[in-house]
Amino acid sequence: MNADSNYSELEELSRRGRWLVLSTVAGSGAGHVGGPMSAMDVLISLFFRGMDIKPEEPGWPDRDRFVLSKGHSAIGLYTVMALRGFFPVEELKTFDKGNSRLQGHPDVTKLPGLETSTGSLGMGLSVGLGFALGAQRKQQRFHTFVMVGDGELQEGMVWEALHVAPRYQLGNLTAILDWNGLQQFGWLKQQDGDGRGDRRDPWNNVDLAAIFADLGWRVVQIDGHRFDEIIPAIQESKAQPPVGCPTMILARTLKGKGLSFTEGKFEWHSKVANSTELDLARRELQIVEAAK
Amino acid sequence: MKALRDAWADTLVSLAKEDQRIVVLDGDLANSTKADKFAAAHPDRFLEMGIAEQNMVGVAVGMATLGFVPWLSSFTVFFTHRAVDPIRMLVAQTNANVKIGAAYSGLMTGFTGKTHQDVEDLAIMRAMPGMTVLAPADQYECAAMIKWANDYHGPVYLRLTRDASGEVFGTDYQFAIGEPRWLRQGEHALLISTGPQSVRCLEAANELAKQQIDLGVLHIPSIKPLNESALLDACSAYDLIFTVEEHSIFGGLGGLVAELLSANAPRRVIRYGLEDKWGESAPNNFLLDKYGLSALQVSQRIAADFKRK
Repeated sequence: MNADSNYSELEELSRRGRWLVLSTVAGSGAGHVGGPMSAMDVLISLFFRGMDIKPEEPGWPDRDRFVLSKGHSAIGLYTVMALRGFFPVEELKTFDKGNSRLQGHPDVTKLPGLETSTGSLGMGLSVGLGFALGAQRKQQRFHTFVMVGDGELQEGMVWEALHVAPRYQLGNLTAILDWNGLQQFGWLKQQDGDGRGDRRDPWNNVDLAAIFADLGWRVVQIDGHRFDEIIPAIQESKAQPPVGCPTMILARTLKGKGLSFTEGKFEWHSKVANSTELDLARRELQIVEAAK
Repeated sequence: MKALRDAWADTLVSLAKEDQRIVVLDGDLANSTKADKFAAAHPDRFLEMGIAEQNMVGVAVGMATLGFVPWLSSFTVFFTHRAVDPIRMLVAQTNANVKIGAAYSGLMTGFTGKTHQDVEDLAIMRAMPGMTVLAPADQYECAAMIKWANDYHGPVYLRLTRDASGEVFGTDYQFAIGEPRWLRQGEHALLISTGPQSVRCLEAANELAKQQIDLGVLHIPSIKPLNESALLDACSAYDLIFTVEEHSIFGGLGGLVAELLSANAPRRVIRYGLEDKWGESAPNNFLLDKYGLSALQVSQRIAADFKRK
């Protein structure tokens, strides 16, 4: 299989994932869009190429662990899990609708395949650190991936974990920063070049790569929408010796990626598409299913 | 007489010899909480997490999923205030098998002042669905509770104190989750307490007996879960109930008793504790006297309230 055909399958999955995010949120009348869109290509890469998992056996002890620390992007995770076969795609329609396994924020007590609950921001990396530390102590060989948002990187608890992980030489831990440059409200742009969206990038002019490296992380910088950069970064992380440096993948992304009307728009952090927008999205994402 | 923090550390050191699942995570206070004893005995299972309590809670949750039984070491305030959000979402909401060893509860915190005195923890922790909340009276009960908690699968909050207040039980003590304990039978009124305050309450009741005020003393080691009918039965013979706690009078033991009685068997409940006040830096005896929680203060307050009843 050559590289192009390799990634065209993933590109197709990402388009379908983005459509499912937008249409599911529209169907439920509430939910987040911008964050799941920025995270989609990394999520697809992890669940379809990067991680050793068994959707039919979600509790398989040797599975790689994944934590979506930015839990408000839950619908992005659910969509990818459904596409990967953890549960039927049809079940996405129950999202946020009461008695559902698909809660507004991931609830580990309800949905097999989740590793912990997230939602209150900044906590996921600590739990991932616990997975990695426990695995190191028990000499279990799985790898732990945690996706952190650049918005929640403002939470102090993330920095607690960033400080502690290198002390235990957790080469079996990888954090992926979904650095989309926008948050729910944030700050106004002050001048040209301080963000990729319509508001200020919270980490504009901050050398995060240097900071994380100084803390003891192995830092990799990628375009979070290019599979030819995402997949190798994930594979290199997994190939690290389990006792060594934890890896931080800085994935530059675009909030609302994939749709002309959502890209770089902070208002699409949490917004429901109308029928005109759904029609446009169907065309832009090349979705062939019949319009309802 | 052994302090609860020592009982906590000694019991874990002993249990961990047999139970390889036990790990202790510390928030850079091991030589205060006495987790340093565990570090010396089991260095490979002592994990220093630094001055970062929120992260410590999250790490414990991750390790618990792999079969470890993480016991956390820090001061009470840093759990129930600083780290309350991860305790709520990661521990309580997921029913994680994490044990919170909350040292330095109440007023007697070694000259720290109000910043480190936790008098709201029971109110906060007992409001969390699924959280077990235990407050031992002495070293024997503390050791028995730790053994119980280590075998129980689910989150446990263990309210420890820095210093001991005396002993009411012995080496033969058997802990029964949820069950109130009679420390003294008496006719005139019932005194209900929890933690080491129960020891001081028993002392107060013995003093009042000399003044012909005969009090029953009931100790509540398990704030949650609680055998509510057992508590109601215990209260049924009394028209007047006193609750005493080294805690705010809001939402803790007094709140619990008042809630239960008002719904099932209304009668007068007088609550002693911190009356919407913060503490201060001072020796233990000064604090207990000033805030009305020493045996002498409790007996004098009850005598006065009893005459007015």
